[in-house]
Amino acid sequence: MTDESREPRPLDDLDARLRAARGQRESETRRETAGRSSTGMGLGFRIATELVAGIAVGTLIGYALDGWLGSRPWFMVVFLFLGAAAGTMNVYRAAKGLDDSVGLGEAQRRKERDRTNDS
Amino acid sequence: MANPVEQFKIQPLVPLEVGGVNLSFTNSALFMVVSIVLVTAFLTLSVRGRALVPGRWQSMAEIFYEFVANMIRDNVGYEGRKYFPFIFSLFMFVLFGNLLGMIPYTFTYTSHIIVTFGLAVVVFVGVTIIGFARHGVGYLRMFFPHGAPLATAVILVPIELISYCSRPFSLAIRLFANMTVGHIILKVMAGFVVALGVFGIVPMAFLAGVTILEFGIAVLQAYVFAILSCIYLHDAIHMH
Repeated sequence: MTDESREPRPLDDLDARLRAARGQRESETRRETAGRSSTGMGLGFRIATELVAGIAVGTLIGYALDGWLGSRPWFMVVFLFLGAAAGTMNVYRAAKGLDDSVGLGEAQRRKERDRTNDS
Repeated sequence: MANPVEQFKIQPLVPLEVGGVNLSFTNSALFMVVSIVLVTAFLTLSVRGRALVPGRWQSMAEIFYEFVANMIRDNVGYEGRKYFPFIFSLFMFVLFGNLLGMIPYTFTYTSHIIVTFGLAVVVFVGVTIIGFARHGVGYLRMFFPHGAPLATAVILVPIELISYCSRPFSLAIRLFANMTVGHIILKVMAGFVVALGVFGIVPMAFLAGVTILEFGIAVLQAYVFAILSCIYLHDAIHMH
């Protein structure tokens, strides 16, 4: 004797159901990502390295450009400041937890969107 | 008293020179091989039984597997699953390197910036290639914040470019600095224990605490390295 209620649901809408379930999990993981936090010490170390790395890379690019174009020291000076700006921006991003994107404006907007979705 | 930085010295074990390039098998290379052998042995031997109800060793292997799998799912999303082997290998290599270094008389290969930088560059180049492969030239839009006035591109694009290029450096410096600093502190403190005689008990107690902390840092830094790789991968795949 077959029990009607225990009959498996027809497979016609399986695709739609799968998609719905998948979408749900995706949005769950998105929220987890937004709420991710790191330990204080880890964050501190992160900020220190971001700042140093930004300045170092900027200066390095400037130095290489100078060597290539023979315009020592102008590019190095310009890129030192650009590197400092990049480093500071990375620090701001790490401290704000916006670190998972390169474009700062984009990351801010995503954070806004997540906040409005949550509330 | 031994020099606190002597422990980081590279010693060639099997001198080898090919075409003027020094390719010696060093103590660093030895411990990389040891760590790879240990990881492989740990993962293959522990799941050899393929038990449905895992035993102790199999549980440990499964914990590592699930930990990394969850990390990728949470940070990269479902498209990230095919990069699981790479992230998992990276995580295990760094983790075992850090932990092996905590055993006395071993060599910590993650305490050399060229090793961590090599790993970071592989991640960086790989992520960049994935980004261009998935988005084509559109990947370059990443360097200009959406909605910013076009006139600001002159200053914003170089800054974003530098910010992007600083990723492998910050990855490499973080891991290297953590491991090096920790090992130097341990060595210096151990020197005090001998030098202070009876009062050496004070640095000894401190040393015990720092050793525990170092184990924590060894695991945490492997985790940070892997999770940042995941975040970069997420950027390249989704490019929000």
